[in-house]
Amino acid sequence: MRLLTHNMLSSNIKGVTNGFPLGIVVEKVIEKPVEMNPDFLKNMFAKIEWKALVDASRSMGYAELPDQVDSSMLDSVEFLQRFHHALLELHLEEGALVCPETGRKFPVNKGIPNMLLHEDEV
Amino acid sequence: MASRPEVQAPPEIFYNDVEARKYTSSSRIIEIQAKLSERALELLALPDDGVPRLLLDIGCGSGLSGETLSENGHTWIGLDISPSMLDIALEREAEGDLLLSDMGQGLGLRPGVIDGAISISAVQWLCNADKSSHEPRLRLKAFFGSLYKCLARGARAVFQVYPESIAQRELILGSAMRAGFAGGVVVDFPHSSKSRKEYLVLTCGPPSVSTAVPKGKGEDGESSSEDSSGDEDNQTVSISDRHRPKKKQKLNRRGKGREWVMRKKDQMRRKGNVVPPDTKYTARKRKARF
Repeated sequence: MRLLTHNMLSSNIKGVTNGFPLGIVVEKVIEKPVEMNPDFLKNMFAKIEWKALVDASRSMGYAELPDQVDSSMLDSVEFLQRFHHALLELHLEEGALVCPETGRKFPVNKGIPNMLLHEDEV
Repeated sequence: MASRPEVQAPPEIFYNDVEARKYTSSSRIIEIQAKLSERALELLALPDDGVPRLLLDIGCGSGLSGETLSENGHTWIGLDISPSMLDIALEREAEGDLLLSDMGQGLGLRPGVIDGAISISAVQWLCNADKSSHEPRLRLKAFFGSLYKCLARGARAVFQVYPESIAQRELILGSAMRAGFAGGVVVDFPHSSKSRKEYLVLTCGPPSVSTAVPKGKGEDGESSSEDSSGDEDNQTVSISDRHRPKKKQKLNRRGKGREWVMRKKDQMRRKGNVVPPDTKYTARKRKARF
């Protein structure tokens, strides 16, 4: 699972009002290089919750992202590369996602988070 | 006739390792899925500016539909309830991210982030109550409600569905409308029993010009003007002829003629069948060689 997906996911357990961002328990992280597409990054930038991305990338062991950003930084190639690496190249292979309110763990196996809810959580 | 998979078992059980394996080994299934997803992507009508979008593939299964999305340069997130199918997707090295999730429990996604959603042959599963806790109406409501929230304003969702009955189609469409979607059903090849495909085209947000439902393929808009009254007379004669003993049948009619063949070929084309192209040889008589 890439951090792009992590940035979109929130916990939808019944009664949880703010299920974002999900915490990350890291067991194994892998990197898969992919080609950078500046257009896509610029399109996504507006939709990304920056703080969540920074926190998530730090918990995955990548601390190159700046704390504060604005859209003017998108012109810098260096920044785009870091953004691209954090968003699309870091994969959480094994571990878990944790609901921020209830602490419920969603296990991640082979890169696939199990978001299935129990019957009493729907 | 094979019965519908929906009535055999719940999706996470029906799509076991054996069934999932079919999706890598059968070139026919792969071809059909690719065609369906291509058409769904076309109906999604994303702006043609070359910018890759973030799309959602609901019921992505083994990632066949996602492959089409990747080929068109988009980034996607796929979700499915069957672990076996997702394993196959991993094997096929699907480029999107995969989630093991039940669409009837609602999608846990942040509001307004997704640029479009497609789903190939999946939504009709929601109409089944596979567990005692399942209530199709509530599951459809949870699904469409959460989908409406996570789609960006003006984004579209295209679902290819196989509804079992008219009531089922109404149920799905009704739930979508109640969630706030505008749109309707597009039917491709409505005259054919095999190629007939239904797509639910939904638009997020209030009705506008962009929410107009596109036209289906192979739809017969104009009434067939070729059916002149003279032809109809001929047809009735030939049908009454058929019931006569062979010897007494009138043999004075000289074949069916080019016009008839062209009409039949047109008919078959409208049904979506594969028909050889029209050439100067079409319906020409063979030489008497003997």
